[in-house]
Amino acid sequence: MIDKHLVGASSVAFRLDHGSGVPTYLQLVQQVEQALRLGLIGPGDQLPTVKDVVQTLAINPNTVMKAYRELEHRGLAAGRPGQGTFVKAALQRVSGPEQVALAQRLRAWVRDAVASGLDDESIAAIFAAAMRDVHDHQNGAIA
Amino acid sequence: MTVLETSGLSKRYRGVSALRDCNLAIPAGHVVALVGPNGAGKSTLLQLAVGLQRPSSGTIRVLDGKVPGSPAALAGVGFVAQNAPMYRNMSVAGMLQMARDLNLVFDGAYALRRIEDIGIPLKAKVGALSGGHQAQLALAIALAKRPQLLVLDEPLARLDPLAKHEFLGVLMAAAAAEGMSVIFSSHVLAELERISDYLVLVNRGRIQLAGRVDAVLAGHRVLTGPPQALPALPPTLAPIRIAGAGAQVHLLVRTPGQEDPVAPGFAAQPAVLEELVLAYLQEPGATSLPGPRLAASGVPTR
Repeated sequence: MIDKHLVGASSVAFRLDHGSGVPTYLQLVQQVEQALRLGLIGPGDQLPTVKDVVQTLAINPNTVMKAYRELEHRGLAAGRPGQGTFVKAALQRVSGPEQVALAQRLRAWVRDAVASGLDDESIAAIFAAAMRDVHDHQNGAIA
Repeated sequence: MTVLETSGLSKRYRGVSALRDCNLAIPAGHVVALVGPNGAGKSTLLQLAVGLQRPSSGTIRVLDGKVPGSPAALAGVGFVAQNAPMYRNMSVAGMLQMARDLNLVFDGAYALRRIEDIGIPLKAKVGALSGGHQAQLALAIALAKRPQLLVLDEPLARLDPLAKHEFLGVLMAAAAAEGMSVIFSSHVLAELERISDYLVLVNRGRIQLAGRVDAVLAGHRVLTGPPQALPALPPTLAPIRIAGAGAQVHLLVRTPGQEDPVAPGFAAQPAVLEELVLAYLQEPGATSLPGPRLAASGVPTR
């Protein structure tokens, strides 16, 4: 069965989770980043046109434009006048050693949290809240 | 460019006030949700905007100063009335022909393509179509006028979830492709945040709130804390609504600055659009009218 919420046969297929609390434009940004990370799309590939995205997802055109502007701002995509938006760069991956170091620090923090008696859900909630705080501060100027 | 501008706009029907002293200046390029309870004055405002009614006092202009109902305004403004009224005994092809005859500009090929895409049979009687197909037909005809501004009165009220999704998809695609502005009224709050990027809240004939959705959300916070901390709340915060009881209360407050308000004992969180709209509708006395034009015209912001 084909899900009507999926857009784009050849590039990114967007879907929305309306209950996630993540702003719609950010969901689109994250899905492009995820597709880049997984190697499903790469430099030169075209993102779905704004018109196609809004027709299939039934969302405000400015939301899609905001998402594409954000991708341009992050250096991942570039608009070509009259043609659309294209993937510009592969996602900057964190180097191996750096990622290992980050993971180690997070594991140490999780151990501390467990030792202080927090259950998994509470730990996940703290992590999600911290992510949200950091994103809110980063996006404060844009919003 | 402004698509809709009103100044001191009032409308009375036989002495009963439907709209009172409405001041609005809606810029082009938005999908505007006109929200309010039944009988708030939404339909009256839309009918004034398309020239089906005349103001009792005050002014209303569309598309940069055009008088609603004037030839220049009629050419640029499309309208889908509540329940998409059409001639039930006429065929779909007949409706298209009539629309072509009645409008100076009518992209018949576009309307035909839309109707074929949806799968509406041309020979069918309009009255025999499903509610969703009637709505799609009315939308296709309105869009074929190639309006700069499309006004829709409660377009979603009768549509089932699938028909609603398809209707909104077509509407949003048209807005994206043509740069068309849209104003639609609704008493359904659920999908507002996805569809509209500009909000006008009408309550008891007055404009309670008007502005870009992101600006409206950025200008409010929800404060959560114990009720004991309420007396220590800074008087400048003046909550729009206080909800909850027992151990916790939630306050919706305006935050003109970028920073979270300082309220001892309370934690600030971003406001959610649906919750914000409900809070305002439940407190008809509360108004918040952002926007330099409105502030300059001296609208009281109690």
